[in-house]
Amino acid sequence: MCSLALFPPPLASGQTTLCESNNQLLSGTGTGTEDRLQQDSSLLSLHFPRESLKLHCRAESSSKAAFLDHSETLWMRSAAAWRDGGFTGLLNEITTSHTEVPKWLSMSSGCILALLRWVSSFHGSLFPHLTLSSEDMIAEFSQVLNWPDCVVRAFNWHPHTDKFAVALLDDSIKIYNPKSATTPTLKHRLQRSVAAVQWKPLCASALAVACQNCVLVWHVDPCSLSNRPSSGCAQVLSHPGHSPVTSLAWAPSGSLLVSASPVDTAMMVWDAAAESCVPLQRVGGGGVTFLSWSPDGSHVLASTPSALFRVWETRMWTCERWPCLKGRCQSGCWSPDGSRLLFTVQGETVIYSPPTERLIGLPLPSLYQKYSLQRKPQTARKFTVRDGIISPVFPVWSSVGGEIQSLAWDPRGERLAVLLKGDPNAARRPAIIAVFKTRTTPIFELLPWFVLSSLCSGFVQEEPGVEPRLMQFHPNFKHGALLTVVSLTWKTKITLFLGTVSPFVSASASLSDYRAMLGNPIHLLQSDFFFFPSSVFSVGPMEKLPTCLSIS
Amino acid sequence: VEPQHRLCRCELCILLKSILKYSQNYLAAASIAWSVLLLPPATAVFVIFSKFSLFHPIQSTSGGSSCAIFSQILLCGVVLIIGFLDFECYTVIPTVACSKIALLGQLLHPRQLANSLVHCIMGMIVAWCCAVIIGFRYESLGYPCAQTDSPPQICLNEYQLILLLAGAFVGFSHSVLGVMHNMNYVSFPTVQQYKYLRFKGSLPLVIKCSAIQALYSVRNYIVVYFFLGYIPRVWICKTLSLQMNRYTCSAHTLDSFSGLLDLSLLYHLWLSATFFLFMQYMTLTLFRIFVTEVYSFPVQSSFTEEAFQCLPRVLTDSQTMILKFLALQDLALLSQHSPVRRCEVFSLSQPGGHPHNWNAISKECLSLLTDLTQRLVAYHDTVATNGRAKSLSSGSEKRTSSESSEGFTSPKPTFPLKTPASVFARSFAGGPLTPPTAPFTPDLDSPFASPTLRRLTAPVEQGSPWYGSVQSPHVMRRAPKLWTLHLEQISFCTFTSDRRTCEMLLSAFLSHFKTQKTLDFPIQVKTFLAKRVLIMYLFSKLPEASSQALFADSQAHIWALEGLSYLVQASFSEDQFGVVQTTLPSILSCMLGLQEAVDRHFKLPHASSKPARLSSSMSDSTYKTLRFALRATLKTAIYRITTTFGEHLKAVQMSAEHRKRLQQFLEYKE
Repeated sequence: MCSLALFPPPLASGQTTLCESNNQLLSGTGTGTEDRLQQDSSLLSLHFPRESLKLHCRAESSSKAAFLDHSETLWMRSAAAWRDGGFTGLLNEITTSHTEVPKWLSMSSGCILALLRWVSSFHGSLFPHLTLSSEDMIAEFSQVLNWPDCVVRAFNWHPHTDKFAVALLDDSIKIYNPKSATTPTLKHRLQRSVAAVQWKPLCASALAVACQNCVLVWHVDPCSLSNRPSSGCAQVLSHPGHSPVTSLAWAPSGSLLVSASPVDTAMMVWDAAAESCVPLQRVGGGGVTFLSWSPDGSHVLASTPSALFRVWETRMWTCERWPCLKGRCQSGCWSPDGSRLLFTVQGETVIYSPPTERLIGLPLPSLYQKYSLQRKPQTARKFTVRDGIISPVFPVWSSVGGEIQSLAWDPRGERLAVLLKGDPNAARRPAIIAVFKTRTTPIFELLPWFVLSSLCSGFVQEEPGVEPRLMQFHPNFKHGALLTVVSLTWKTKITLFLGTVSPFVSASASLSDYRAMLGNPIHLLQSDFFFFPSSVFSVGPMEKLPTCLSIS
Repeated sequence: VEPQHRLCRCELCILLKSILKYSQNYLAAASIAWSVLLLPPATAVFVIFSKFSLFHPIQSTSGGSSCAIFSQILLCGVVLIIGFLDFECYTVIPTVACSKIALLGQLLHPRQLANSLVHCIMGMIVAWCCAVIIGFRYESLGYPCAQTDSPPQICLNEYQLILLLAGAFVGFSHSVLGVMHNMNYVSFPTVQQYKYLRFKGSLPLVIKCSAIQALYSVRNYIVVYFFLGYIPRVWICKTLSLQMNRYTCSAHTLDSFSGLLDLSLLYHLWLSATFFLFMQYMTLTLFRIFVTEVYSFPVQSSFTEEAFQCLPRVLTDSQTMILKFLALQDLALLSQHSPVRRCEVFSLSQPGGHPHNWNAISKECLSLLTDLTQRLVAYHDTVATNGRAKSLSSGSEKRTSSESSEGFTSPKPTFPLKTPASVFARSFAGGPLTPPTAPFTPDLDSPFASPTLRRLTAPVEQGSPWYGSVQSPHVMRRAPKLWTLHLEQISFCTFTSDRRTCEMLLSAFLSHFKTQKTLDFPIQVKTFLAKRVLIMYLFSKLPEASSQALFADSQAHIWALEGLSYLVQASFSEDQFGVVQTTLPSILSCMLGLQEAVDRHFKLPHASSKPARLSSSMSDSTYKTLRFALRATLKTAIYRITTTFGEHLKAVQMSAEHRKRLQQFLEYKE
């Protein structure tokens, strides 16, 4: 058991965690740091002011209102209702136009409609999430904290290069590449309510986007100078009944793509190039919400909206069922060698780590079911992140903690970042990120390390400060772990925080590499870029290079 | 000693074939047995549905318990025949018809006609069984009818007749649709699953497809019966000397509106059609599942008598396509999932220390890929040459037409591009270069042939799998060359009612014949005939069909690419003796060459246009998108090698052009 109380206290007001160096956290005061950084270099920042985003003010179907009402014959209306709303739409149309149809027809269609609704309500009571609208469903199951009002809705680093894709509130996707002057903006008619984006591994150009009704696979030519790739560059992968898509995952070998929808009990395995899919149907659970492919490609974690999740092995695509004790599986991540899975359950402040042998051995689903039902509570080790009164020196946050929103494990297996929801009702308990040190050999260990406090913007006492929403480790940063945090400041700023935690790097090398990685940020990202000389030039086993991308 | 040895080898080959073929037969038999076993439940469901519809109390099948058993046996026989037909007709390389006329040719092929006939008969038998099972008014073809003024006679029961004919019609339309949609093509699954799960997953699709297809077939049948139904009725009456019941039923013979709008009749027609199609589709699905199941070949064996079953031998020696495909699939899977078997691939032979396994596998995969590269380059050059020929011919056409005949001076459509012969044959790749037979096949000696073609066709390998054994449909399709083509059109012309067009055609044809040199003659005929709309319709090439045909067998290439790239990736850490290093340059240059050819191919018109997706159908349209899958796999394969080896690749020897391309991959710019 470990509690947040074991973490070192967060920094005092106005101070910012900058980086980790020599096993020590470096911090600075907000304004002072900025000044210091700005005189050294520039701030790498992305500006996504909410006002500049052109939001959809109307739904696509609402253009009907612009046209005059025109009375059509019953047949025409029925045909249109059949086309738009299917069987229920037709029944609805017949029921509402009871003056024109024979009485028995409208009566019977009304009865059938009522029956259908009753049946679907029964279905909905089994799986309450089915009654949500698709936007609410994405918000509920997304890995992004507070998805609906977050300006950045999804974020993904390219697995091999230093470019990344950011999905914004206005349903556009921007691709930033430090080595090129163009930032392509991707827009598509079907690209709405983006819940996740992911780059295809072993490929320079393909980006999969989980949208409301389909999965889009964009092919963004890295050499192209175009700022607006046409929608012809996007493949549309859709399957009836498979929407909204809340999660997707590429196989690390780059050959397959899996996508999940909370409404569809089948998980789709796509051969993206051929646009063919294989539904893997398992009825229990009522849908699939979150997918995570293990880095060695051998297993896929698929959680459902019920208290149940599955671990698929990818050779013969059989699965183990894992009933959770309480609530659904909210998030999960794999160790870099794919041997260990960590997962969290909604409503609990616990990180579970199932015993390794279950994931590595031969898949024997029936045996495992019994085993997991019987023994899981004992065998799974718990790491509790308790609410703890943490910091007497820090009056604004009387306490931190809460449910776990998402997990991220750095590609070297040395740091684990945990995004805690906090309590939205209590203003003094914002979401925070707790970072653990991890070790997988000889035994698995999680050591509390630090809490990322107050990211790099200025801090005002009365306000709750910046709130992290989404995080990801850079997949191939050479000199350590580079954590990227998308966060919302009190001014509705979005801040990208890049911090590295790197052992055994000589200072000069890391500086030049760091600059090389980010290229010439003034041209690229149109604004400033922080780097921290003190941390860069300190030589030691641990090193951290933070950058702040403050978005005003 | 030498001949004896060879003999021995031959025997071994035969043994290999027989054993492996035996296993295939065994699989097919197992699939058929399963479909026979699934027949009784299907029949039970059918009985329930057919009785349920009538709102009758459940009738005891009193009259026909023996009859029902007999019909059950008949149905089993039908399933056996269906399974046998599936087994006989299946192919892993689809036949892509490049024009309407080629499709027509496929449909009118004697073998296909026989196939359709068998399907008709099977449909009829199933319909009869359905009639017996449903009972009621469909039970027998004749019934005694008492007429007022004559002795009792046997009258025709049109209800059974309509059901039987419906069965025949559905059978026929199923067989025709099977040809049009390449129903006999067996594609391999994207992900491996156990047979039971695959069957369970595809069962809803089978039911849905058979129901929908039955609906369409019955609709068409009703229309046909409405107009032509009296012909078989009268014929049956005459042959079996049955009477039409004029008095009781004349009010509605069934080919009238009132007769056909009988809902119960329609329901039963649809139900029996669904039942028949369900049997067909279920057998087909089971067959596909069994045939494409992963077969694990041993990589090497310590016993010489088992050596012919080993993966390298099967890959190189096997003549049956399905075996080759299974071996390649196994290669792709083992290279990805099984470290132990990879280790065997990298191992050295015990006396001698040669990497025979790796050599055989890599050589076979490379020859497959080289073959595809050559095919693509040759096709590309054909198209390019055609473009040139087109401009020349249209120029000469203008000149000659202005000389000879007026009225045909309009600019010509680009017919040479659309000749059915211009899908490039694979026979090109293997063997000594034959002199070009058609005027549009690329001439290697001509100054217009591209240097790439010459470079790439120079090292033609005799060991190429296509050498000598071209099972490809393209060669057959190439057969209607220009002469047969125009003769067909002339015969076609005699059938057209438009006499004037015909005369003009012939006169123009003759005048062209007089004025033209013999060399230009075929081109002239073709460009001239290209103007006729119907001919254009029949002979014009379907867009992207030639691309599809080129990549028809690309599943093999995809596996070869995956297998090679995974093996190379694994060799970075697992290859103890460095056997892969020796072939790495050739693998890289082969892949990069293929990448270049594929890139060029996708720049052609229609090559990158996507086919319309069929929403749900039993026909497997995977082959239509194989080229996209190949392109993606190829890139991924190269990236897999470059990310694994990284900067080490700079030490690999390769041409400057390839190095430049590789650098693009190293920088993630492809």
